[in-house]
Amino acid sequence: MTPSLDAYVLLSAALFAVGFLGVLVRRNTLVIYMCLELMLVAATLALVAFSRFNATEDGDVFVFFILTVAAAEVAVGLAIIVALFRARQTVQVDRLDSLRH
Amino acid sequence: MYQVAFTTLSVLTLVCALGVVLNKNVVNSAMCLLLCLAGIAGLFVQLHAYFLAFILVLVYAGAVVALFLFIIMLLDMQGGQPWSFRVLQALAGFIAAALLATGLDLLAVRGRLEAGPPLGHAVGSSLKLYAYQLFTTYLLPVQVIGFLLLVAMVGVVVISRRTAEGSE
Repeated sequence: MTPSLDAYVLLSAALFAVGFLGVLVRRNTLVIYMCLELMLVAATLALVAFSRFNATEDGDVFVFFILTVAAAEVAVGLAIIVALFRARQTVQVDRLDSLRH
Repeated sequence: MYQVAFTTLSVLTLVCALGVVLNKNVVNSAMCLLLCLAGIAGLFVQLHAYFLAFILVLVYAGAVVALFLFIIMLLDMQGGQPWSFRVLQALAGFIAAALLATGLDLLAVRGRLEAGPPLGHAVGSSLKLYAYQLFTTYLLPVQVIGFLLLVAMVGVVVISRRTAEGSE
C-alpha cells in the first residue's frame, strides 16, 4: 500500500509553511537563507510527487534544473552575505536598517 | 511497509525542519537542515526518483550545507546570538504560517487530486528514460543552465574581489 498523492502534497505544504515561518520569525540572515532553501525543497517534493503519480518524467527533469539553479543561488547569496558582513560587521536583519524610512 | 516508511520519513523531515527554525545555535540549524534533506532524499527514493535523491544528497547535503557551515565558521557565529524576537512579530509569523499551511492544505484536499496508481518501472529503465529526455527534449535548457552556472561563478568571484578592494 503506497501513500497517496494527497499525503505527499500535504507534507510538502507543511514543509513550505515551516520554511515560511522561519523566514518571518528569525533575525539571522543565514538562518533565513536556510529556511528559503527549505521552501525550495518543499516545492521540489511536490513536483516529484505529481510527476510520479501522473507517470511522466517532466517534473523530475524540472527538479533537476531547480537543483542546479539552487546551487548557483546559494553560492551567490552566501557571497553577498559575506560581503554584507564585511561592510557592516553584522548579519542580524534588524541592524541592517539603512533603507528604513 | 511503504506507509510506515513514509510516516517515519515525513515525521523526521518535519521535526528537523522545525529544528532549523527554532534552534538557537546556527550550527545546529545547519545540522538539522542536513537531516531534513536526508529525509527528503528518502522520500524521493520512495517516489522512485533515485537519480534525484542521489543529486539531492550530493548537491544539497554535500555542497550547500558544507558551504553554509564554512560561512558560519568564517563569520564566527559559533556562540549563537540569543534569538531576540518580539512577541508581536513572532505571533504574526506563526499566524501567517498557519494560514499558509491551511490554505495550501485546503487547496490540496478540495482540489480532488485525481491520480491513478503510479506506474511501476524498473530502476534502469527509468534512469534511461530520464537521460533520454534530458538530452533530446530538454537539450537547450541543459545548455542554458550550464551557462547560468558559469555566470554565477563569475559573479561570485566579482563580488568577493570588489569587497576585498573596498575594504583596503
